[in-house]
Amino acid sequence: MRIGIDVGGTNTDAVLLDGTTVLAANKSATSADVTAGIIDTLDRLQAERSFDPAQVQAVMIGTTHFINALIEARRLAPTAALRLGLPATASLPPLVDWPERLVEAISGRSYLAHGGHEFDGRHIAELDPDELRRHAGDMMKHGVRSVAISSVFSPVSNEFELRAAEILRSELGDDVAISMSHEIGRIGLLERENATIINAALRELAASIVDGLSGAVAGHGISAPLYLSQNDGTLMDVDFARRYPVATFASGPTNSMRGAALLSGLDTCAVVDVGGTTSDVGVLTHGFPREATTEVDVAGVRTNFRMPDVLSIGIGGGSLVASDGELATDLVTVGPRSVGYRLTEEALVFGGKTLTATDIAVAAGRAEVGDAAAVADLDPTLVKAALARVAADIADAVERMRTSPDPLPVVAVGGGSILLPDDLPGSLAVHRPDHFAVANAIGAAIAQVGGEVDRVYAIDPGRRDAVVDEARQEAVDRAIAAGADPAAVRIVDFDEVPIPYLPGNATRIRCKAVGDLRLGTAS
Amino acid sequence: MKLRAEDLGPLARGAAVLGTGGGGDPHIGRLLAEQALREHGPVEVVAVGDLPDDACVLPVAMMGAPTVMVEKLPSADQISVAVETLAKYVGKTPTHLACIEAGGVNSTVPVIAAAQLGLPLVDGDGMGRAFPELQMVLPTLAGIEATPMSIVDEKGNRGVFDTVTNEWAERLARSATIDMGCSAIVSLYAMTGADARGSFVAGTLSKCVTIGRAIEQARRQLADPVAAVVDELGGRLLHVGKVVDVQRRTTTGFARGDAAVDGLDGSHGRLLVLRFQNEHLVAELDGTAVATTPDLIIVLDTESGEPITTEALRYGHRVSVLAAPADERWHSPAGIDLVGPRYFGYDLDPIRALS
Repeated sequence: MRIGIDVGGTNTDAVLLDGTTVLAANKSATSADVTAGIIDTLDRLQAERSFDPAQVQAVMIGTTHFINALIEARRLAPTAALRLGLPATASLPPLVDWPERLVEAISGRSYLAHGGHEFDGRHIAELDPDELRRHAGDMMKHGVRSVAISSVFSPVSNEFELRAAEILRSELGDDVAISMSHEIGRIGLLERENATIINAALRELAASIVDGLSGAVAGHGISAPLYLSQNDGTLMDVDFARRYPVATFASGPTNSMRGAALLSGLDTCAVVDVGGTTSDVGVLTHGFPREATTEVDVAGVRTNFRMPDVLSIGIGGGSLVASDGELATDLVTVGPRSVGYRLTEEALVFGGKTLTATDIAVAAGRAEVGDAAAVADLDPTLVKAALARVAADIADAVERMRTSPDPLPVVAVGGGSILLPDDLPGSLAVHRPDHFAVANAIGAAIAQVGGEVDRVYAIDPGRRDAVVDEARQEAVDRAIAAGADPAAVRIVDFDEVPIPYLPGNATRIRCKAVGDLRLGTAS
Repeated sequence: MKLRAEDLGPLARGAAVLGTGGGGDPHIGRLLAEQALREHGPVEVVAVGDLPDDACVLPVAMMGAPTVMVEKLPSADQISVAVETLAKYVGKTPTHLACIEAGGVNSTVPVIAAAQLGLPLVDGDGMGRAFPELQMVLPTLAGIEATPMSIVDEKGNRGVFDTVTNEWAERLARSATIDMGCSAIVSLYAMTGADARGSFVAGTLSKCVTIGRAIEQARRQLADPVAAVVDELGGRLLHVGKVVDVQRRTTTGFARGDAAVDGLDGSHGRLLVLRFQNEHLVAELDGTAVATTPDLIIVLDTESGEPITTEALRYGHRVSVLAAPADERWHSPAGIDLVGPRYFGYDLDPIRALS
């Protein structure tokens, strides 16, 4: 048995799973006290379906604590950003593109030092230990409690970040946390550095949250290991979470999509979450969301986190339905304007005066909410046209998100999914799983562990296959090191892009391997 | 006219449009220029036609791999040192700085030097677009020599080349750039004001700003940003569709490949194939070439109007493909020899965007 818990900003969802069977599930309001909230959630699960804590093999938690702390700029540690690259990079020092408010919230200080690598692994400059000791002295003087180290091309060679960390540790002591960029981001110095600084600022909060979560689980008599879910749908253990809180940032949407997919029994599908105002469309390939290729702004800071690619369109249960008198499908519009949370006052079926998408669904007999008599007089042609409009727009969004011409089944979740027919245009079959209200928690509970490689390789003629094999093997090795069962690791994502203007057929290879968590028998 | 921090976003976006899929991510150039303007204040921009005959104009640019530039940022004074190195070698005091390539990241590199050195910037460039090699500029057609040129890395290494042809300048500077870690700053094509008036494309920097603003404005007004770009460039919409295939090949120095765009809406039932080598060079509609280099072939996100680089093209992207006329001098026989389809290995006569 395993337990999955998703702590959102508003709700906390929890499930007890046996394999992929849901034994118990509940939803409650998120409490301000994390530890108390988790204890309460576990009590509810226990009340719903009595279980022996010793039989629980793993507990997986997805949380928005860290991203919320950053957005609200609270509980952030005084942080220094140290970049190794001089004389290069001085034109744009660390923190230069951060919102002032956030720099103040982390008492941000930035330092430049010699070091860094070229794209091919040569040194830009040698590390200068005395320079680093001087910086450390200044950090100490200013009460810095967490340090982010970045070095030019550290995804190619991490040696300078490791050595600088060692020097800082001996100067600053073990109480000052150190985060290194090569462990956090990919190529793109500023974006990787920004993610590392955010991570550094969250380290103290991470320690206290992780202690709270571990205490709550242990207090319930569960001795199984505790994991946190990451942005890409894989897991990290609690020690890792203390060091890399930033990796949990976008776990919510990923868990929701993966949970929905599991519930529907599909691993390659589009997931359409139809809410009140918008529908979010994401695509899972072999159970993992496609990642957004663009940079992501978090709290006004540009980063290159691995975030799921989600397309939002303005169609939901509260969308306004309008027509110009003509009832042909292409003249009837649904959304993007919506009554939103006022649906239960303004929709016709709730005694209001506004024609919404929900009224259309009720009139068509697809849903039983409110007073069906209130929509009995709607023109059937209008109802048909509006539903066709919704189906066409959603199908179009799915079509945009597709990554290959193969047919793609659609999993519909969310309160507004009553708007969707059983088949979308383009012969896309629509699946509607049970339990989707707790899809997030299920997604957390079924998460796997992964390993990733993202590097520039010089590919000599005739050696492409060997280089590709090397990259794949390294991803697999990393997944196993992170706790994956070696027998069940597979490559879920592979991408190679030649880089212009670099010699030696330089190619950027990204490769991700994942596998099931190697679970010990609970004692 | 002054170039201010708030102009840099539109400038970078417009430069990415003229980059025709190549020229590098202007975001990093924009950040660098914003930082320079924060420190030194706005930059004076001078129309090409207003340059005095005896002005000493020094263009400055980044050479190398844009992918490297997003990782190994320039040193604090690398860009201005490139200018000073060339000025010292030719024994002249520069009066104006200039942009040699308006497309992509090189639209903003001269802004940084101009801010740091307190010199005015010429509102024009040597191409009116982006091309991959340094001899591919209109001054080459006008008989202006690329060298003496300076090349400077972030470590403080400085070099000067004096070559027999502009092609040799490309070859030697390319080798030096690789040793310098694939990202160097060059200052080249030193010329007089009269030379610049005779060989530059006038008004390209302000045009980039105008294009960038037109895209933003169209988006704000929920109008069609693609149509806004077509209007600004006096171009033509070739195709609207969805990318259904992207093939890339690894060949030294170039990101070569093809992308197929299946028609939607007005282009329904037609297939457009883009052939690119860093920049988009040929567009074929249902098997027939409909636009080629030296005219501009531009790929925009249909909805947002955002320019898409060849590296970022992927399956499912909704794109609009447009063609716009290049500067007329590129269509001369010498221009076609320098940058026509055959130079890039396509056995085609050049086809104009507006034919």
